[in-house]
Amino acid sequence: MNGDGMLKTSNRVADHAVLGAAPEAADVEIFLDGQPITAKEGEPVMSALVAAGVTVFRHTAKGSPRRMFCGIGRCTDCVMKVDGVPGVRTCVTRVAPGMRVERQDGKGNWSEGAEDGR
Amino acid sequence: MNVPERTLKTKGAPSLGELEAAGMLPGLEDLKARACLCIECVEEIPCNPCETSCPRGAIRVGSPITNLPALDRDKCTACGLCIPACPGIAITIKRVEGEKATIRFPWEYLPRPEAGDEVRMVDRLGRVVCPGRVTGVNEAARNDRTAVVTAEFASEHVLSVVSMQRGPR
Amino acid sequence: MADKPVVVVGAGPAGLCAAIELKKAGAPVVLLDENDKPGGQLFKQIHKFFGSREHKAGTRGFDIGTGLLDESLRLGIDVRLKTEVVGVDPGLRVWAVEDRGRSYLLEASRLVIATGATENALSFPGWTLPGVMTAGCAQTLVNVYRVLPGKRVLIIGSGNVGVIVGYQLMQAGAEVVGVVEAAPTLGGYGVHTAKLARAGVPFHVRTTVARAEGGESLERATIVGLDDSFKPLPGTERTLEVDTICLAVGLTPSVELPSLAGCATTYVPELGGRMPLHDEYMRSSVEEVYVVGDTAGVEEASTAMEEGRLAGIHAAWSLGYLDDAAMEAGAAETRRRLDALRQGVFGKKRFDAKSRVLEESHNR
Repeated sequence: MNGDGMLKTSNRVADHAVLGAAPEAADVEIFLDGQPITAKEGEPVMSALVAAGVTVFRHTAKGSPRRMFCGIGRCTDCVMKVDGVPGVRTCVTRVAPGMRVERQDGKGNWSEGAEDGR
Repeated sequence: MNVPERTLKTKGAPSLGELEAAGMLPGLEDLKARACLCIECVEEIPCNPCETSCPRGAIRVGSPITNLPALDRDKCTACGLCIPACPGIAITIKRVEGEKATIRFPWEYLPRPEAGDEVRMVDRLGRVVCPGRVTGVNEAARNDRTAVVTAEFASEHVLSVVSMQRGPR
Repeated sequence: MADKPVVVVGAGPAGLCAAIELKKAGAPVVLLDENDKPGGQLFKQIHKFFGSREHKAGTRGFDIGTGLLDESLRLGIDVRLKTEVVGVDPGLRVWAVEDRGRSYLLEASRLVIATGATENALSFPGWTLPGVMTAGCAQTLVNVYRVLPGKRVLIIGSGNVGVIVGYQLMQAGAEVVGVVEAAPTLGGYGVHTAKLARAGVPFHVRTTVARAEGGESLERATIVGLDDSFKPLPGTERTLEVDTICLAVGLTPSVELPSLAGCATTYVPELGGRMPLHDEYMRSSVEEVYVVGDTAGVEEASTAMEEGRLAGIHAAWSLGYLDDAAMEAGAAETRRRLDALRQGVFGKKRFDAKSRVLEESHNR
């Protein structure tokens, strides 16, 4: 078969035999440890990071690297510090413009002035 | 008596023996006489869209719906509506005309092939058997996103070929 | 007639169908879901369903889901998203927490628990490495968020979940380098495994994963053969270059809420383990509490929908919104469709298991 292989240049699946072309979604800029990452409006932090090729989301207190496990908010493997609050499940937290995502070691710590309620 | 080799539950695909035992293998003479439906469905699961999709009543499942489909080759006109209807993606239509065999098979991957593409035909375990050429791709809306690809290849391989190789070469 | 609503917890296929039946009968109903979108796991099922026409066979799972959502919107069902149910007391007061902020009590006349199941984990050296995840996690990423979890995938477990997700990963552009199965035979439908086989995916029965290795993330996995006692066979180790391992080793019913509600449970291996007892109307041991879908034993989306309908019909009748004849006719119809789905080599096991559940429920 001819044609240039399958959409493998990035982790985003632009076209799909059953799902069709990915719907138009606005770009949303978030930050991972201070570095800008382009996310898609409406997606959770988890998929934005995976799409950007991020393989490590955090380290445990003993230094083990972690990323994600269940993907639907039940296991807490994917937690990161979001806008100053640690322990936030990135698989069920949707991106917002300017969102600050940071890797935490162990339980992480609250940033000064960070808001409760996530 | 030779016990036919059984591979469905160990290698993932049925052996010719398992297909034959389930009555799912058209013979070479059938394939030379007309386009033949090949329904590679050998397990009793509740499922009958093949039956309900056939406008001629050529496929019968009946009740209970776990019955394996039974094909009336005289009623079958090889219209191919059942190919995209099967949720198991298990149906193809094959035909032999002299040196050339034609297969119409379901395809749910990208890239979509196009008429004229030179491809590799594969067997039930994904092994490349011979080269093939795509002669048509049907993406009618009623197929619900299961394309039906028509390809030609050397007829000596008609019993083993079931699809084309997927993915980048 | 009751003023207090029927509270349905979980807006997946089972909960949606229960709420639809209740609303159609005119009963007050509130449908709660912790996610910000309804549908449960249904919208991730991009393959065509089995069964017969009445089960919507041949229709893709997410299209069935859209149909249910449209109907719930058309009926004007009170759906409250981002709402977690964290408790329920013997007086059937449901403690709901909205958007992780506002907490309130909802007094229910009946409770329908449709909270689904949780995927099982399998631990082995290296299992916590980035790149090791459940099959459902990979499915969510590719089918909902359109992102590949990785490029080279090893699947552990050959049941339907594993082989369906394997196919869907290939549809999204990943390579499945193999499927390992500890048992001597593959677990999923032959038609599902055949799709992978003809794409060149090797299956390895009597095989499991020995360890996963990598620096900061998964780089390779070692698989090993097993003897008849499931012990690793020396000399059979093989290392595969993979960046993703998908665990497809079964699901377990989410039994937390039924337990809090005081429902008696039983252990049924064929249905995922510990699950709440229920009768032929999906009533738990607590008369006003129904359990439906994977919460009541792990099966499939098709059976979840029918169980939801059954509970909705019965709950509506129990509150006086349906007469006896309508309830019995509706219940008989859904049970007939359930029986049809529980036939054949795969379904019979579930049918027998559900029969034992009913028997144990009646013997209490």
